[in-house]
Amino acid sequence: MPKFWRIALQGLLLVLVVGTIALLWHNLTANLQQQSSQTTRLGFDFLREEAKFNIGEAAIPYQPSDSYGRAILVGLLNSLKVIAVGIVLATTLGVTAGIARLSNNWLLQKIALFYVEVLRNIPLLLQLFFWYFAFFLSFPKVEQRLQLPGAIYLTKSGIWLPWLQATSATGTWLICWIIGGVGAGFILYRQRQTLRPWTVLQAGAAIVALSLLALLITHGLPLQFDVPQVIDNFQIQGGLKLSPEFAAITTGLSVYTGTFIAEVVRSGIQAVPRGQWEAAQSLGLSPNVVMGTVIFPQALRTILPPLSNQYLNLAKNSSLAVAVGYPDVYSISDSMNSQTGRPVEAMLVIIVTYLTISLTLSVLINLYNRSVQIVER
Amino acid sequence: MSQLPLSQSEAPPAPIALNGVAWMRQNLFNSWFNSVLTGICLVLIYLGVRGAITWLSQAQWQVLQVNLKLFFVGFYPPELVWRLWLIPALVAGLGGLSGSPFAPTSKRGLQGIAIGFLLFGVLVLALPLSWSSRLWLLGISLLAAIGFGTGQKIPALASWLPWLWVLSFPVVLWLIGGGLGLKSVESSMWTGLLLTLLLAVVSIFLAFPLGVLLDLGRRSDLPVVRSLSTLYIEIVRGLPLIGILFIAQVMLPLFLPQRIRPDPLIRAIAGLVIFSAAYLAEVMRGGLQSIPKGQGEAAKALGLSSPLTMLLIVLPQALRNVLPAIVGQFISLFKDTSLLAIFSLVELTGVSRSVLAQPEFQGRYAEVYLFAGALYWVFCYSMSQASRRLERSGASRR
Repeated sequence: MPKFWRIALQGLLLVLVVGTIALLWHNLTANLQQQSSQTTRLGFDFLREEAKFNIGEAAIPYQPSDSYGRAILVGLLNSLKVIAVGIVLATTLGVTAGIARLSNNWLLQKIALFYVEVLRNIPLLLQLFFWYFAFFLSFPKVEQRLQLPGAIYLTKSGIWLPWLQATSATGTWLICWIIGGVGAGFILYRQRQTLRPWTVLQAGAAIVALSLLALLITHGLPLQFDVPQVIDNFQIQGGLKLSPEFAAITTGLSVYTGTFIAEVVRSGIQAVPRGQWEAAQSLGLSPNVVMGTVIFPQALRTILPPLSNQYLNLAKNSSLAVAVGYPDVYSISDSMNSQTGRPVEAMLVIIVTYLTISLTLSVLINLYNRSVQIVER
Repeated sequence: MSQLPLSQSEAPPAPIALNGVAWMRQNLFNSWFNSVLTGICLVLIYLGVRGAITWLSQAQWQVLQVNLKLFFVGFYPPELVWRLWLIPALVAGLGGLSGSPFAPTSKRGLQGIAIGFLLFGVLVLALPLSWSSRLWLLGISLLAAIGFGTGQKIPALASWLPWLWVLSFPVVLWLIGGGLGLKSVESSMWTGLLLTLLLAVVSIFLAFPLGVLLDLGRRSDLPVVRSLSTLYIEIVRGLPLIGILFIAQVMLPLFLPQRIRPDPLIRAIAGLVIFSAAYLAEVMRGGLQSIPKGQGEAAKALGLSSPLTMLLIVLPQALRNVLPAIVGQFISLFKDTSLLAIFSLVELTGVSRSVLAQPEFQGRYAEVYLFAGALYWVFCYSMSQASRRLERSGASRR
């Protein structure tokens, strides 16, 4: 193409795009002026106004008299909580199912196949509705609670689990462990070339010594068990309470994403050349060691890129929490929009939040990915 | 697994037929670890089956019997439902015609197909359906068989098939919407599974050219075109679909001049198209990269211009490579249409919610959601199986 046309074409496209955006902006301002009786100006000043709505669960203290900005922060933290728990659970489930798909145990293989093929082909939203309405809300009231062994209570208003709780000694323990960990890491790093058993022992000894020191200072263990207790048959206190909404969104997300991760793991393992299996087996390694130390580390290189895609999908799909009434950042922005009539600002909050989450996740995974891949000359 | 062809001497020995006990010993109890796994699996299966039986004993299927029509065609006027029956009939005929080149040639394969038809017939008679529905279903399967037979008799029809499919599309829209001699039906009446299918098919068709353009734009050597396309793709792929649908439902009317107020259906399709185009661009990238450079150079040497080279040489080959991936994209789009229930469109998921809102069927969540899930599953699973077959037949052809 001649140079003139190249420049002219691109200039024309640019004018077209800018013109369209300008036109849309013009329409938008005209429409907004028409709609609202009072002249609300575009902008984020309103974030300081009182939110006036209640939020079911919050990681930081929140009440309706707090500002919209704080409400959005609460939503963001709730989203991050779901994403973090979901990624851990989905990975566990998916890797297990993916390896089970290749097991030489016929029954296990078929169960894994059944799980993957059934749940992958049903929309996540429908599964969330099912988990929420047909499962977690179908438990009896607190008075007639179901009890599982180990003081786990299942009720309509939530699930109570025993959990570890921080004590006054936790801080001291944490500081000692950080010092011990850094020291051990330093020892291991210095001795990297001549990694002998006693180096590892030294490092271990450093941690043990500092743990003893912490015990000496505080006379207590770092964490204590917090077991839920029934009070007067009407109330359950203590332990970790999971709301039905949180339980539904995390279960649904991890079960659904787990099916995709299982497929990723399976095909990653199958991509490792057969000779690797045979070579490892002929060295006399047991099947589990072959999988753990020879096959899986190699498969990881193939697995990571598609796996990171699944994590991104999980993060984006966490916005479906709105369907089961879990107050995530999308749901809060949506109620903010319906209360103040500010769709533009709500849209911007949603866009910026999710783009930031996606970007951060993919940067983190890329960093890890780089450390796993083969360094080629 | 390596895909090297095995020579005769290297080929694995034919599997030895095992009797039940020996088979179990080899596949379930060949080591202590596997025996433990089998035990755990049996406990899991026992718990699952017991749970299912307790649930089935108190499940009430009346909610489905009463609302069966609602799930499929929603609020479509009952006296016009015959028009909707014509659509699967049309698709079945064309499907039979398109399927015949892939027909198994062996006697066993043909027997399998015949048994499949027979089973379908028995199923239709066994299910609690009205007699008119049964007649329609049997007629539709008959049409598929006729299409199949015609395809076998007149193989030349195969080259016309793409055009027949394209032509069938306006016919389907005409049957649904009416006009031109048929009584017209408002778009707010197009609901249920009908709407789910319509949304998915229309959106993927509209998104496809956009996706190809975006991918070509991203690979262009004009910096402005490239950066604009990349920006679009990356932004859309970083956002959740629900966010895009929010923009389409809430913001789109605000972005347009006051006289134009698109109805919710158009807005929904716009959202789905904006979303899918970015993902299809990503799919096309793999396809276009897989075409050797020599193809384009050979076409240029023959004197074809750049756009013609793309349109006639590179795209058709790339398309064949990525067809399975496009089907995969269609499956996820099909599942994603359920999100429109949040924006109060009454597609399959929305219908399920409105059925659950009926006072006499309060709390029958499990039955309704399982049924809707089964409907989604049948479509997604059969499409993924078909795409796998396509992939295999495509790979063997070259």
